Amino acid sequence: MARYDRAITVFSPDGHLFQVEYALEAVRKGNAAVGVRGTDTVVLGVEKKSTVKLQDSRSVRKIVNLDDHVALACAGLKADARVLINKARIECQSHKLTVEDPVTVEYITRYIAGLQQKYTQSGGVRPFGLSTLIVGFDPYTNVPSLYQTDPSGTFSAWKANATGRNSNSMREFLEKNYKETSGQETVKLTIRALLEVVESGGKNIEVAVMTKEGLRQLEETEIDVIVAEIEAEKAAAEAAKKTPSMQT
Amino acid sequence: MECVFGMVGKGFALVVADTSAVNSILVHKSNEDKIMVLDQHKLMGASGEAGDRAQFTEYIQKNVSLYQFRNGIPLTTSAAANFMRNELATALRKNPYQVNIVLAGYEKETGPSLYFIDYIATLHKVDKAAFGYGSYFALSMMDRHYHPDMTVDEAIKLADQCIEEIRSRLVVAPQNFIIKIVDQDGAREHSWRRTTKE
Repeated sequence: MARYDRAITVFSPDGHLFQVEYALEAVRKGNAAVGVRGTDTVVLGVEKKSTVKLQDSRSVRKIVNLDDHVALACAGLKADARVLINKARIECQSHKLTVEDPVTVEYITRYIAGLQQKYTQSGGVRPFGLSTLIVGFDPYTNVPSLYQTDPSGTFSAWKANATGRNSNSMREFLEKNYKETSGQETVKLTIRALLEVVESGGKNIEVAVMTKEGLRQLEETEIDVIVAEIEAEKAAAEAAKKTPSMQT
Repeated sequence: MECVFGMVGKGFALVVADTSAVNSILVHKSNEDKIMVLDQHKLMGASGEAGDRAQFTEYIQKNVSLYQFRNGIPLTTSAAANFMRNELATALRKNPYQVNIVLAGYEKETGPSLYFIDYIATLHKVDKAAFGYGSYFALSMMDRHYHPDMTVDEAIKLADQCIEEIRSRLVVAPQNFIIKIVDQDGAREHSWRRTTKE
């Protein structure tokens, strides 16, 4: 048994990496997170569990910035997230130090995905149990981007995506309702997607908006205002659906 | 013949540096900015070996940024100064950086501060500091005219007197100088003192 137990992530007879798939299960149990890309904004929204009364909520920031122009939200094991985020932050500064340019969103996504993949093919380690949503603006071109990575180390760019709990319902909603938006409309679309699976209210949602000026976390009061707008629009749409049938 | 000097005033700190980049008898350029803005409220004027200057100051700046991203708040000026000193000291007995630094910073809690950090990792918190051949003239001028709690205008006037002294008394005086200031509104360029256009 001396050297045959080094590797933890090994292939199954039918070509699966079970450890990676179990990691994806861990992601599915994590908090819902959604990201939507607009023409001049990218918005991240994360579910916040409001059951913990004594906890100081300011110490639990779910949406973090990796650099002035890149931010990350994740679903899954938060302790694993800390490690990945720390390494990504170091890489952002290291890149600036060696090439005098901030990272592009694709570069740092590739770096994080590369790290996640390394941990599926190394001795004595398990994969990271989280999927990330990475948003940002590329330096100089100011093109907005949204990327997603997962425990297997794959990554791709998205117009809108969701991960974590009930991500399928959110993704379905986004597929039905996505259109090119900008500014406040992008924020509203993100919150509407989150509200599909989360109890409504500013207390249960954390939202951050990335523009080419940088990342801005929305206050609870701001979110409440937008949620109220959305509820009003929903109620108006319901009412409009009912009245035509009454007139015939 | 590089010179960097600085002083603390009422609610602000000033750093002045020459802007010449020289290689033996050749002047590469006369508009080299040697005062790096470390973060929102810190200025670092550096003089010495050009390669070491760039390498060391950029390394410090990226580490100061990293601290801010990791912890959500910026480093204090004192912490940044001590971090720099430690890096210089660690490299000293192996592969020393030949860089002299004047670090100026502003914090709401403690106000403006100035640190003298030389290439062999000496660290002093001071009200006025200077490096280079110009320091003989700048320090003497500041010893005579400096007083605590100067206004910006008084400090600029004193800086001008130092520059004037350096220009007239130093055999190969630098052509241009840059002045940067840091106060509660942040760290920024204040003005230039030019004799050549480039």
